[in-house]
Amino acid sequence: MPSLKDLKNKIASIKNTRKITKAMQMVSAAKLRRAQEAAEAARPYAERMNAVMAGLAASVGTSASAPRLLAGTGSDQVQLLVVMTSERGLAGGFNSNIVKLARAHANELMAKGKTVKILTVGKKGREQLRRDYSANMVGHVDMSEVKRVGYADAQGIARDVLARFEAGECDVVTIFYSRFQSVIAQIPTAQQIIPAIYEAGAASASALYDYEPSEEAILADLLPRGVATQFFTALLENGASEQGARMSAMDNATRNAGEMITKYTTIYNRSRQAAITTELIEIIAGAEAL
Amino acid sequence: MAGTLQFDLVSPERRLASVVATEVNIPGADGDLTAMEGHAPTITTLRPGVLKVASAAGVKSYVVTGGFAEISATSVSVLAERAVPVEELNAALMDQLIADASEATAVAVDKDAADKAMADLVAMRSAAGF
Repeated sequence: MPSLKDLKNKIASIKNTRKITKAMQMVSAAKLRRAQEAAEAARPYAERMNAVMAGLAASVGTSASAPRLLAGTGSDQVQLLVVMTSERGLAGGFNSNIVKLARAHANELMAKGKTVKILTVGKKGREQLRRDYSANMVGHVDMSEVKRVGYADAQGIARDVLARFEAGECDVVTIFYSRFQSVIAQIPTAQQIIPAIYEAGAASASALYDYEPSEEAILADLLPRGVATQFFTALLENGASEQGARMSAMDNATRNAGEMITKYTTIYNRSRQAAITTELIEIIAGAEAL
Repeated sequence: MAGTLQFDLVSPERRLASVVATEVNIPGADGDLTAMEGHAPTITTLRPGVLKVASAAGVKSYVVTGGFAEISATSVSVLAERAVPVEELNAALMDQLIADASEATAVAVDKDAADKAMADLVAMRSAAGF
């Protein structure tokens, strides 16, 4: 049986925890709104880009001169997995879910005899993956200094990945991130970006365009930009998902703390009552004995 | 009086402009071109340069560093990697653009194109008088 003082301390400490989780929840809510706005603002560019690329890919993709970023290297032996997670924890299952998906992919590929290389973005994913795949890690992008994700960050990652691709270090590049659906639902997603896959839906509409310079030249110019855009979209989605996940995790924690406080307060009051009752009985018994 | 066309300027981070314009002067990779109503549908890549948009409210200029433009008979969409209104341009920003470009040149696969982009930026800097 814990003493009254112990109980009192425990309640005080849980109250402090609740204050912190509550504050974190509110901070996340504010950050989430900003992240969502950023994702929203980036959408027109990404959509246009994809539409134009889909048209170009449909008309050039089949020819023998198609760029390697689109057609691939003709092999799928070396797979690069880019795992994008957050820099900070306390976001519920956010990081674990992404890592779990990446892990499943990596194991499946390795079972097929492929070479798996892993590039991590964000500290949390690296920490988790390093345990099992330390031999497969080829690099890490540190985002801890980045306050607000900008296109330049995405470009940096894209440049790194493209350089590896050009150097023949990998044949297929897949990114792992969390797609933001709502505050309570973030979907870990795997997306292959090299060779690029575009839905051929918009192909007929863009066939009418004149291209200046040639279609091939534009495609060669746009494909690296397309990769950067996809990284940017993934970073923004990840940012929104992280805040969403943290918000609901902290909401749960706050509620849990509230429940614990009620529980311990009840215990505290009961034992206080019991102590008073015992004392009274002792006094009365003493008085009667006289 | 020439007709009008819908002009959109978007960068990866946000939509910078969406106006009804009478003509748009685009720094295309193969040379400048002006899009007006009824232009043949064209897709062109951009070189670093100044994009000029003439509309009822006057002429607005933007410095763009690259990207592409999609022109149709009734609209022009410019997807620029970076776009800055000319009024906001200053020496420090220009230096930063050049620094970014030289960083890109260092790792670029296509050295010629990167060098050309770099030269365009430097030329623009001196033309702007910074």
